[in-house]
Amino acid sequence: MLKQKLKFGIIKKVVGPVVFAENMENITMYEMVKVGLDRIIGEVIRIEGDNAVIQVYEDTTGVSPGEPVEPTGALLSVELGPGLLNQIFDGIQRPLTFLEKESGFFIRRGIYPDALPRNKKWHFIPTKKAGDKVVGGDILGYVKESPLLERHAIMVPPQTKNGLISYIIEEGDYTIDETIAKIDCGNNNILEVKMVTKWPIRKPRPIKRRVSTHLPLITGQRIIDALFPIAKGGTAAIPGGFGTGKTVMQHQLAQWADANVIVYIGCGERGNEMAEVLERFPELKDPRSGLPLINRTILIANVSNMPIAAREASIYTGMTIAEYYRDMGYDVALMADSTSRWAEALREISGRLEEMPGEEGYPAYLSSRIAEFYERAGRCEVLGSDERYGSISVVGAVSPPGADFSEPVTQSTLRVVKVFWALDTSLAQRRHFPAINWLTSYSLYKNELDLWFVKYFPNWPNLTKEFMQVLQEEEELIEIVRLVGPDALSEVQKLILEYARKIREDYLMQHAYSAADSYCDLKKNYYMMCLLSYFYNESKKLVGNGVQVSKINSLPSVQELGRMKFIPNEEFEAFYFDLLARLKEDLSSLALGVKS
Amino acid sequence: MTTKSIITREFKTVSGISGPLLFVQETRNVAYGEYVEIVAQDGSVRHGQVLETSFEMAVVQVFEGSGGLSREHTVVRFTGEPLRFAVSTDVIGRMFNGSGKVIDNGPPIIPKEKLDVNGSPINPKSRAYPTDFIQTGISAIDGMNTLSRGQKLPLFSGNGLPHNEIAAQIARQAKVRKTEEKFLLIFAALGITVDEARFFINSFEESGALSRSVLFINLAQDPAIERILTPRLALTTAEYLAFEEDYHVLVIITDMTNYCEALREISAAREEVPGRRGYPGYMYTDLASIYERTGRVLGKLGSITQMPILTMPNDDITHPIPDLTGYITEGQIIIDRALHRRGIYPPIDVLPSLSRLMKEAIGQNKTRDDHRELSDQLYYMYAEGRSLRELVAVVGEEALTERDHLYLRAADRFEKEFVSQGRYEERSIEQTLDIGWNILSSFPESELKRISLNTIQKYHPSKRSRVS
Repeated sequence: MLKQKLKFGIIKKVVGPVVFAENMENITMYEMVKVGLDRIIGEVIRIEGDNAVIQVYEDTTGVSPGEPVEPTGALLSVELGPGLLNQIFDGIQRPLTFLEKESGFFIRRGIYPDALPRNKKWHFIPTKKAGDKVVGGDILGYVKESPLLERHAIMVPPQTKNGLISYIIEEGDYTIDETIAKIDCGNNNILEVKMVTKWPIRKPRPIKRRVSTHLPLITGQRIIDALFPIAKGGTAAIPGGFGTGKTVMQHQLAQWADANVIVYIGCGERGNEMAEVLERFPELKDPRSGLPLINRTILIANVSNMPIAAREASIYTGMTIAEYYRDMGYDVALMADSTSRWAEALREISGRLEEMPGEEGYPAYLSSRIAEFYERAGRCEVLGSDERYGSISVVGAVSPPGADFSEPVTQSTLRVVKVFWALDTSLAQRRHFPAINWLTSYSLYKNELDLWFVKYFPNWPNLTKEFMQVLQEEEELIEIVRLVGPDALSEVQKLILEYARKIREDYLMQHAYSAADSYCDLKKNYYMMCLLSYFYNESKKLVGNGVQVSKINSLPSVQELGRMKFIPNEEFEAFYFDLLARLKEDLSSLALGVKS
Repeated sequence: MTTKSIITREFKTVSGISGPLLFVQETRNVAYGEYVEIVAQDGSVRHGQVLETSFEMAVVQVFEGSGGLSREHTVVRFTGEPLRFAVSTDVIGRMFNGSGKVIDNGPPIIPKEKLDVNGSPINPKSRAYPTDFIQTGISAIDGMNTLSRGQKLPLFSGNGLPHNEIAAQIARQAKVRKTEEKFLLIFAALGITVDEARFFINSFEESGALSRSVLFINLAQDPAIERILTPRLALTTAEYLAFEEDYHVLVIITDMTNYCEALREISAAREEVPGRRGYPGYMYTDLASIYERTGRVLGKLGSITQMPILTMPNDDITHPIPDLTGYITEGQIIIDRALHRRGIYPPIDVLPSLSRLMKEAIGQNKTRDDHRELSDQLYYMYAEGRSLRELVAVVGEEALTERDHLYLRAADRFEKEFVSQGRYEERSIEQTLDIGWNILSSFPESELKRISLNTIQKYHPSKRSRVS
């Protein structure tokens, strides 16, 4: 008893979420500790001799110097296993549903329930048998976790080398704490495998190797899929001032991206937004399977008035969970909204430590932390003796102060991500959503992914190139109009402006809250591009023969281009052929008119 | 193990005073965030809160400021408790100063509960998404940037603009229609002038709102640091009345700019590393701890709606105060100086204004089924008209087409007929929408692309039989 007591540290100083403690000789960096009489959770973030600096994951009001600090011997970790899907956690993986039961609608301090349900039984189907040789990452069997994830793999722990299964449980229903297999690792070292495991959040889970990112993550958002696509395993940033639709964009991606698992981290944002996700996702159906989207989703909510240190931890908690599903061989998409709030948490804690500030008060290690985080994304061959591939795609929202992209968080992020969807305040004010600026955004995956698209849609790269060119030309023409007025334009130029306007309003604008338009599959996307391009190229010939643009524009079939986005995906093919025929007819009638 | 003995400890060991901060030595066992009473030489009692604590020293912020305190004669009394505010339904109709003392000469409040003024975060799982339309009677808000129950929607204004009149008008007129529920106004004044305060109080008195409101008044002449406390008292009261007593509470806080100045003052006195423009790096989190205390909770009848007012320094929306606010709140209503100069009241610029929760608060059974389409079309029309105005300034009116003229005229009418209204004019949502239709009826139907044919058939003035 006495011996154990000696190990306790003593609080020396409390400043907001940061606690300084002494008498902590055997502590390790990032070790989880229990702080004060309420035993609230903290993590060691600096060691100086016998003193430790601890960031505390809950409000420190009422904590005073002299109270004890109890080391736990473990790093801050998350629980991994079946039961993660369909749940909502806070930044340190406390299940919010349980907290609600325990403390009502206000979150009270010092409650630490298990992250995963303990008494729930899962139906385990083994795929290995006793006597099989295994290495880390090998799959011992499956459980059905949710209707959208039928095969949740129970894997051999990553660090295992040359193991031999000495025992594996038969098919049946078990809780996550039951031993389902024993692995003989040699030297009398028997490893007991349960369905639940733990992993420290700041340590990336190991992989075999990284592989190329040549498959698109299809998002159902036209401007993204066509002009600025993201690969499975890719990284993207969405910077934008307030009101530019970062969160709606993130919600759209979380809903429609063709990933197996979605991890959505609401990091320092609004409580009502999380309430919206919680209300809508159970109702929204996955466009591929027709099942509620919540079945593939894990929510991490550490909203803006929840403790700041837990906000710092939240993105690592989310990333570790994402890695766990990647290791099974799944494609995971992780949304972090907003990484700026996470960076601000870093800044606040750094400030309390009285560290030398870098740019705008952010710590000097800001950009390396951001890079480390995005580096955990990627497509890889995962551990295991069979060949399995998994990916984590990361989309981080950035909230630059005053919508000024030159600030440190945006700049550090742009250095590491490969897709940049720049949200534009002036587009948002014109209610052009998604407010992605087509002139400043880019995707470094575009060329590589075009090789994939061209296999299914032969003209895809040409069409997207044409669109980009026209939008660029529009910008130059608008400049002329601004200087000398619209009369100075030729009919050909007017046609270009009209084409660009149609691309912007009838194609790029997409209504997140319209049932038919919210998700646009690739086929519809392609046909829409084809129709617009057909309109332009045929009209160009007519204009060359002296037909006025206004005349072309008043054709009923041309007018109908404005409505096409509201045609549902499944009806679009028929609509396409019908409208194409009518366009052909209408435009050729004008051509005849010219000749006669 | 987890219960602590509540012992009051007194120290006379003030070692330094800097701005609003007291440094007290040899304090041991002082808890972070603890409520402190400070007794000055003349016996007057001030109160404060612990910002930092260690074996050697505690840093205490004094809400009334440190003027008149001396090292030798100041007694600092640590209470062992967080700062609490005594609430009960008795507070309704009462007036308090910025630190929660009754100032209306009425009897003391008989408390039902004493609540920690810092509150606790609402579990996101327990929140109910705001969907109930609040009719403010102001067209630019109801029609274009609809407010709903449980929303936090700030007014972004500038010095000399009529934000107070607008706030007072909203306070007078706000209602959820077709219901007879308990509605309540909580008003927190932070560093406003005596005249402004009088204006609000008179306005509440006139409309009879005073008897169903709770006022917290910190005037410009009152201690600046007290402003850190005032909104928290208001919101603690709001949480009690909304979630314990089932009231629908509208909280108006003015002016948040003064709050942020107070925050900066404390940060400077603590010699913290400043963020942008000298404001502390944690201002986002601090503001969130105020704005996020808004909303509805599953299983509770009451709600808290927040309407903070802030004056943008130099009308600059990228200034940290409006910028951080905009990142937390669910939209913003922008009061525009150019419109004000042209004599339009309320000078609300609907283009940069936004209500993020509008989509769920409007439509059939809430406002009217044409609301969404109509507001989209009006928005498009006005944006088009405004950009044409800029074009006219460059190339002159002659270069415009007939269609352009239609848009220009409609944009003018929109400002004069739709946005503009009397200070005591309360428009129902139907009136608001019909004014919108009247303006749009000057366009040929083919221009109304954002409105479906069905809706045009049902609501276009030329199709509706004129029953008066």
